[in-house]
Amino acid sequence: MLLVSQLINGLQLGSIYALVALGYTMVYGIIKLLNFAHGDIIMVGGYIALFSLTAGHFHPAVAALLTVGGCTLLAVILEKLTYAPLRFAPRLSLLITAIGISILLQNVAQFFFGAAPRSLPYRELFPVGSVTIGEFSIAYTSLVTIILSVVSMVALTILVQRTKLGKAMRAVSEDTEAAQLMGVNVNNVITFTFAVGAALAGIGALLYGARFPLVTPTIGAMLGLKAFIAAVLGGIGSIPGAMVGGYAVGLLEVLTVFAGLSRWTDGLVFLVLIIVLLVRPTGLMGRKFMEKV
Amino acid sequence: MRDPKAPLIPERDHNKSPVLECVGLGIDFGGLTAVDDFNITISPTEICGLIGPNGAGKTTIFNLLTKVYNPTRGSIFLEGNNTKRYNTKDVNKAGIARTFQNIRLFKNLTVLENVLIGLHNEMDYRLVQSIFRLPSYWRSERIARDRAHELLSIFNMQDIADHKAGSLPYGSQRRLEIIRALATNPAILLLDEPAAGMNPAETESLMEHIGEIRDTFQIAIFLIEHDMQLVMGVCEGVAVLNYGKLIAKGTPAEIQKDPRVIEAYLGTGGQADA
Repeated sequence: MLLVSQLINGLQLGSIYALVALGYTMVYGIIKLLNFAHGDIIMVGGYIALFSLTAGHFHPAVAALLTVGGCTLLAVILEKLTYAPLRFAPRLSLLITAIGISILLQNVAQFFFGAAPRSLPYRELFPVGSVTIGEFSIAYTSLVTIILSVVSMVALTILVQRTKLGKAMRAVSEDTEAAQLMGVNVNNVITFTFAVGAALAGIGALLYGARFPLVTPTIGAMLGLKAFIAAVLGGIGSIPGAMVGGYAVGLLEVLTVFAGLSRWTDGLVFLVLIIVLLVRPTGLMGRKFMEKV
Repeated sequence: MRDPKAPLIPERDHNKSPVLECVGLGIDFGGLTAVDDFNITISPTEICGLIGPNGAGKTTIFNLLTKVYNPTRGSIFLEGNNTKRYNTKDVNKAGIARTFQNIRLFKNLTVLENVLIGLHNEMDYRLVQSIFRLPSYWRSERIARDRAHELLSIFNMQDIADHKAGSLPYGSQRRLEIIRALATNPAILLLDEPAAGMNPAETESLMEHIGEIRDTFQIAIFLIEHDMQLVMGVCEGVAVLNYGKLIAKGTPAEIQKDPRVIEAYLGTGGQADA
C-alpha cells in the first residue's frame, strides 16, 4: 500500500526531473554544452510564478503562462547574449560561461528577493484534493504533474520527429557544418532548442512548486543537478534517455526513502550514476560512439 | 585544334554568363599556402573536373567555394555576385550545393528526412504553423515529401525512403548525398570524389547519372575525382591542380597529353638526379 503511493510519488518526482533533464540533453545534443544555468532558469520561473500570484494577483492560468513564457524568454536572451558570441570558442569557455550565469542568476535573485524562502501559493495553481481508486488515494497534484509531463514529452517527441524544425535540430546535432551546407540556419535552430528546453523547464518550475512550494534563490541548484544526473544516466544527448533517466532518478529517490534510507538519498543517486557510467559510459540510451572512417 | 587561350565554354553555353568564377583565389594556413592564384570559369551547364595528386588542394577549393574556409586572397563570383560576405548557409541559398569526400549524411535520420533537410529552404514554413498544424503547413510538407520522392527516384531510391541513412550500403550513401545536395536547388553542384569506393559497374552507372542530372536540372557540375575513366568520360573541361596551383586547364584530350600534368602525376625523370 505504502509502496504504491511511494511509487506514484516517485513518478511525480521523476516527471519533473525528466522535464528538466530534457533541457540539458537537448542543448548538449546540439552544441555540446552542459548548460549548468538550466536549473537556475527554473528558480527564476519559481519567482515569476510566485510574484504573478502574490503581487500581480493574476489568474492562475495567466501566471502559468507568464512563468513558461518568462523562462523561455530568459533562456533565449541568455543564449543570444552569452552563448551565441562563443559559437566558435572552445567548449570549455561555454561551460565556464554557463556556470557564471548560474552564479549570477542566483545572486541577482538573492539581491532582489532575499535568501529567505518564500512560500508559493501553489493551491491557486493546482486543484486541491485527491482521487481515490479502491484503497489508493492519489493527490491531484501528482496526477496533474504526471499527465502534464507525459503530454509535454509526447508533444516534444512529435516536434522533434515530425516537424521541419525538429528534423533540422536532429541534423544540426549530428553534423552542424553539413547542416549549414544544406542551407539550414544553424543559429535559429540553436536558439529554438534553448527556447524549447526552457519552456519545459518553466513547466517543470510550476510542477516543482506544487511539490515543494518554497521558493529560494538556490532551488534550481539541486534540482538542476539531479536533472543533470538523470540526463547523463539516460545518455546525454538522447531525448528518450532523458525521460527514462528522469523517471529512474525519481523512483530511485522514493525507493531509498521507502527503504528507510532517506538520509542517503542524494548519495545513492550519485552512486548509481557512477556505477552506470562505469558499466555504460554513454548512459542507458546514449549513442554509441561514432566511428570515423 | 582549339586555341589554348580561349575559354572553355560548351557550345550551348555561349552567350551565357558564367555560373561560377574564381579570380586569384588563395588561402594560407599559418605559413602554408594551400591554394594560390586559382582562377576558373564554369558556364551554366558545364561539367567540369578538378583533378590533381593527393594533397594538391582540391577539397580545399570546395571548402573555399562553400565558405567552410574564408579565402585569404581573391574573389568568388556566383552568378555574377561576389560571395565575400556570404557564410556557409548563404552560399547554399545562393546556389552552391556539395557532397563530401568522407560521406557526411545525417546517419540517424531516414533517407527521406535527409532529402527533406536539403529541401529546407524550398519550403515556405513558419514555426507558428508547425505548432498549430495549419493546413498550409501540411500542404507544404506534402509538397516537400512528393518532391523528395521525385528526387529519390533519380537513383531509384524511393523504396528505401524510410531506412536510416547510416544503414545504407556505401554506394547508396554516396548517391543519397548527391540527392540531398540537389534538393537544395543549386545552380552548381560540387561533387567531391563521387565515385570513391564504387566498383566499376557502379562508376559506369554514376557517369550516366551525372550527365542525366545536368540535363534534367540544367545545372553546372564541378567534380573532384581520381577515377580518370569518369573524368575523361563525363567532363567537358578539366582543371589540374598541383601544390595548390592550377597547372593546366583544357579539354580531357588536351589534359591527357599535357606534359605538365604527366609530370605532376608521374614526376619527372630528372628529379632523381637533381
